[in-house]
Amino acid sequence: MLRVIQPKVGLVSCSGEELAEGTVARLATLKVLHELRPSLTVTICLPLFLAGGEGDREFARHHPTITVDGCDLRCAACGTEKYSARPAVTVVVNELVDAAGLPRPRGRRALDGAGREAVDLVAGRLARLVDGLVAGGQRPAPAAPVPGAGGTGEGPGAGR
Amino acid sequence: MTGERTQVVVVPCSGIGKPYGTVSREAAYELCDDLRPGATRLISLAKLVTGEAEASERVRACPAVTIDGCKLMCASRLVTLSGGRVGHEVSVLEVYRRHKELKPEGIEVLNEAGRALARVLAEEVALVVDDLRRTATSPGGGHA
Repeated sequence: MLRVIQPKVGLVSCSGEELAEGTVARLATLKVLHELRPSLTVTICLPLFLAGGEGDREFARHHPTITVDGCDLRCAACGTEKYSARPAVTVVVNELVDAAGLPRPRGRRALDGAGREAVDLVAGRLARLVDGLVAGGQRPAPAAPVPGAGGTGEGPGAGR
Repeated sequence: MTGERTQVVVVPCSGIGKPYGTVSREAAYELCDDLRPGATRLISLAKLVTGEAEASERVRACPAVTIDGCKLMCASRLVTLSGGRVGHEVSVLEVYRRHKELKPEGIEVLNEAGRALARVLAEEVALVVDDLRRTATSPGGGHA
């Protein structure tokens, strides 16, 4: 019997404990993983690229990856590229929120209404990006500098 | 960073897949926001992954408490890799073994037992923070 292997997209969120935008990044990632695209996505803790084994570092070499960062430090994008492989797409919460004209989220421990709205916005965008990567059969590319997002909240990584 | 020398940096793991990671983060907030707001400084582990300059300098200048959600101990290892000194490392699993009645559930939102476990952990670590600050300010006990 022929088995079709469903490609999975890797989501890597910044941990962003210091900022509400980091909480938005994490909760949006979890929403896609658990609710919106559970069969199409996987994730890994960002620190495992350093603290884990070679298998963890190979994560982004085996999955086309979307990184989700809370702020323009882009820790998830930079860490993924530095230790694993270049992400297919990079998303920055602050930039997405600004582009949508929404207020900045507040409450790193418990998000306010704007924060919850931002979670829905980012999760929806991630789900569409996942669909695009799966439909396009994206494969990870070798490491190269992560380009800027140009103010739209998402930026191309490999092969876009 | 002289004036902040007696601050203790708190680094929770960034675990995204299990309730224990959420407990580590909740405990860090409890400690830094409620129990010892002036004495502690929360540092995002992601910054240590990329070697962000300010965060790396801070963990080298101040004693660190790490709170990890799994046996891989990412927070503790990354503080050490960044050249910092782990003054105290805590494993959520170890605290849970002593408080089996507080089984954490939920990743996005912790159940009440998970929040209680985070409070217990934070209260234990608050006492350690006090000790670390005393040691750091006592004669001959200053952190390099």
